[in-house]
Amino acid sequence: MIKLNSINKTYYTGSNSLHVLKGVDLSIEKGELVSIMGSSGSGKSTLLNIIGMLDNYDSGDYFMNGERIYKMSEKKAAYYRNKFIGFVFQSFNLISFKNAMENVALPLYYQKVSRKKRNIKAMEYLEKMGLAEWAHHLPNELSGGQKQRLAIARALISEPKVILADEPTGALDSATSMEVMELFHEINELGITILIVTHERDIAAKTDRIIKLKDGIVDSIIANGERKKWLADQKMA
Amino acid sequence: MFDRDKWQEIFSTIRKNRLRTILTGFSVAWGIFMLVVLLGSGYGLENGVKREFQGDAVNYISVNSGVTSTAYKGMKPGRRIRFTNEDRDILARIDNVEKSSSRTFLFTDNNIIAYKNEYGTFDIFAISPEYRYVESLIVTSGRFLNRKDIDDYRKSVVLGRLVYEALFKNGEEAIEKYVKISGVPFKVVGVFNDPGQDRDLLRVYIPVSTAQRVFNMGNYIRNVSLMLGDAGVEQSLQVVEDVKTEMSVRHQFDPKDNRALFIFNSIQNYQQFMDLFAGIRLFIWIIGTGTIIAGIVGVSNIMMIVVKERTKEIGIRKALGATPWTIVSLILQESILITAFAGYIGLVSGVGLLELISKVLPSHDYFANPEINLNIALAATVLLVIAGAIAGYVPARKAATVKPVVALRDE
Repeated sequence: MIKLNSINKTYYTGSNSLHVLKGVDLSIEKGELVSIMGSSGSGKSTLLNIIGMLDNYDSGDYFMNGERIYKMSEKKAAYYRNKFIGFVFQSFNLISFKNAMENVALPLYYQKVSRKKRNIKAMEYLEKMGLAEWAHHLPNELSGGQKQRLAIARALISEPKVILADEPTGALDSATSMEVMELFHEINELGITILIVTHERDIAAKTDRIIKLKDGIVDSIIANGERKKWLADQKMA
Repeated sequence: MFDRDKWQEIFSTIRKNRLRTILTGFSVAWGIFMLVVLLGSGYGLENGVKREFQGDAVNYISVNSGVTSTAYKGMKPGRRIRFTNEDRDILARIDNVEKSSSRTFLFTDNNIIAYKNEYGTFDIFAISPEYRYVESLIVTSGRFLNRKDIDDYRKSVVLGRLVYEALFKNGEEAIEKYVKISGVPFKVVGVFNDPGQDRDLLRVYIPVSTAQRVFNMGNYIRNVSLMLGDAGVEQSLQVVEDVKTEMSVRHQFDPKDNRALFIFNSIQNYQQFMDLFAGIRLFIWIIGTGTIIAGIVGVSNIMMIVVKERTKEIGIRKALGATPWTIVSLILQESILITAFAGYIGLVSGVGLLELISKVLPSHDYFANPEINLNIALAATVLLVIAGAIAGYVPARKAATVKPVVALRDE
């Protein structure tokens, strides 16, 4: 599904340059639930942005669904994002003056689906998330967990192949975090590939594979079986 | 364009920044308002002056004889120049002169004109038939004087409307009746009207040849008016020069003597007025557009702030699949909406004020019907939409280049 070969990315700010990704190799199969971990500055968010086509990379190869993604036009990138990728963010990134239903329906607006059709579909997804009765509320009238479920509904409505979640539980308490992870599992069961960036170990522990980034390269990949051992190691350290 | 969601979004951002939007809109409305009022007043002035001109042709040169003021070839200054019929014929031969008419005035005992028991004092113009083109008058009944009246020394008279009304009571038919001019009966052949001043209507016209013969004026005339067809200012000035040369030779005066002849060049005069109005119009447009530009800068500024405030939202939209164009069109549309709406208010209130002025203020000699014509209103509207687009362009470009990564970064 996603294949990265020695991806490099450097940020330039004035005369300073910051080499964030120093040749990342990564392969994620269809239907996997994977987490990316790493300390801050390890490049995990940058990696997610590159995978999400929100940012360009300098060198290397990136294949999404068999297609090479490199320096594409904004228009094309917008099309791919809309078609293949659903985003979930730490700060939810809902549009404050639109109600829950309109927020969920927004990706369909960019697919030029008629208002009536997209509202029907949005209601469907809100029902799945148990938010049907909140359909006409503005985001600031919802709790954190509700907001994140709303954001997930929005990510799902365009029926993407991949869901990219950047610290999806960062702003939630642990009980709500677990609920959200349950939700990701259910979505994953449907065959949608999910990539979660997190620094919380118990969140990472609920994924099939943990990709650990360190100083811009993949430090280790812990598969399901090794997870317990790795967790134990971490505790001792 | 007529996308409900887009409008919903535009209105929601406008609602959020209501005061700011109103203030910016006001500057645009004010710009258009000023432009409309200034242009309308300019037109009012122009209309007023044009109406003054309406009574007379604007392509004639009037030559009056005067008194010499300098000595010339041994003759003392203070000599009166007197035109004769021959002068008219000579001046008629100058290049570019289409028609020439002669005119003299009658100064008899009080210039009394009488019909039955009614009588009054009026201006009596003894003219050749071509004179009708100088005054551009309209014959409302009967006919004007013609060549035959001149050649046969007929005692024919054409009455001004006010003369007719003074002498012929109860709408009595005047044609074929006889009025007495200084005791001499003249047959009324026509009545005329004149769109210019009323003073022109307190006149009667009689054939110059008849006047010279009946009132013992020899072959003298006071004035020669030359019609120049569609000659321009250059040609008219040339004609004036030719007239001076021709007459100075014939009447023995210094061609540089400004008092020997009084020449009125209506072409040059009219052109000067038209140039003045063109200048005023240009000036108004410059001021008006200047004010509008101030408004545009205001709108551009507010849109800049809108884009800045919405950077994150734009980022979210891009992440969800918004193309740059959908973002650009959103900003442009909002900007055009604000300018078009505010401008329309300015346009309507400006036109309203002009309407009020033309209703309340009586039309004055030099100010009539201040108005904005449809073309100007359309031009202003087009200007507004363009202005809105210009105002929105820079902010929209800025919005389109927003990088979702930067916008989505959690601070």
